[in-house]
Amino acid sequence: MQIQDFEKIFQGKIDTEVKIEPKDWMPDAYRKTNIRQISQHAHSEVVGMLPEGNWISRAPSLKRKAILLAKVQDEAGHGLYLYSAAETLGMSRDEMIEQLLTGKAKYSSIFNYPTLTWADMGAVGWLVDGAAILNQVMLCRTSYGPYARAMVRICKEESFHQRQGFEILLVLSKGTPEQKAMCQDAINRWWWPSLMMFGPKDTESTNSDQSMKWKIKRKTNDELRQQFVDMVVGQIKVLGMTLPDADLKWNEDRNHYDFGEIDWNEFWAVVKGNGPCNKERLDARNQAHVEGAWVREAAMAYAEKKAKKLEMKVA
Amino acid sequence: MNNLIIKQYYGDYGEIETGAASTISTETAWHLWEVFIRSKQGLDHKHAGSLHAADAQMAIENARDVYTRRMEGVSIWVVESKHITASNPDEAGELYEPAIDKVYRHPTFYDLPDEVGHM
Repeated sequence: MQIQDFEKIFQGKIDTEVKIEPKDWMPDAYRKTNIRQISQHAHSEVVGMLPEGNWISRAPSLKRKAILLAKVQDEAGHGLYLYSAAETLGMSRDEMIEQLLTGKAKYSSIFNYPTLTWADMGAVGWLVDGAAILNQVMLCRTSYGPYARAMVRICKEESFHQRQGFEILLVLSKGTPEQKAMCQDAINRWWWPSLMMFGPKDTESTNSDQSMKWKIKRKTNDELRQQFVDMVVGQIKVLGMTLPDADLKWNEDRNHYDFGEIDWNEFWAVVKGNGPCNKERLDARNQAHVEGAWVREAAMAYAEKKAKKLEMKVA
Repeated sequence: MNNLIIKQYYGDYGEIETGAASTISTETAWHLWEVFIRSKQGLDHKHAGSLHAADAQMAIENARDVYTRRMEGVSIWVVESKHITASNPDEAGELYEPAIDKVYRHPTFYDLPDEVGHM
């Protein structure tokens, strides 16, 4: 068979909604796109632990502390599901980690913003996880089997993240004037970065077309972003808070909310490494990796010693 | 020692295809394990995913933390991925061909009168 025949069979599977599995033939570009997307998704989960980890020791009650710990532990698990999915495409875990630590691989820019107050834990859960969920629900139907399965598992767990975030804000919104102000301030700071999470506009997104044809993605950046805006506008009424956008209004003709222009200069600045916390996040990951080296080595040495002992016993 | 890291599919071991394989030292790299979870007594163990661990005990403990945080399991199996042999999708045609023309193996193949009732 010629390469064109393989490509035809491959695209045929995609078109008829048959999932691609690790041992199936796939175009190199499909493999590479998936490796890039899945590993960066994994890195985002791992780096995403840092802004929230910041508040574990400062949570206002034991209940909130336990919830936050569980959420951060979930993020670690999500990173692991995704690394495992990416590994099935032929890149080793070590290589992915190396790309993260050297800054070669990107992760979601949203985690380069600081978490300044307790209300940020609410805003991150509600807005940031809310935006991530829309993306991840779509990815449950992505064409690469291991990625889709990881997403199904993640979505099941992610819903608690968004709800606990909203609940944090709900409690603050009914609190003292200071607590209400804290709630509004967190929403103001996280709103625009959350909208940026969906990526560049469709007219400027280079990978989108091919990813849609291969059904890696099934909705465009702008479609998802609009879905997010429509959803949040409804929910914020419950909080009695406002979104920091003067252009936000219902559009009868489109049957959607119109919203203001994103500051794309800020978007690209953070993507290129000049966000408020880019350096801090990478330094923290590198430090954790270096300081954890002895644990990884000791565990391996112990396992080898035990295996040797067992061998001698058998002999 | 710079071993070539070999692509490890679920249930597959030892093929290199793309240029994506790296040359990072494997000296401290933990093994890859496949995890199977029995969700409740009476049901089969089902493949849940994979993880890295230095030995079987650690694989079980990591599997508990990663795959059963919400009481998804009452029993865990782990097996090192390299011990699994998987069929090749390119040979699926030949492999399953013998089953294709034997419709008489299905109960619906037999046309029985209604009077027989449920059988």
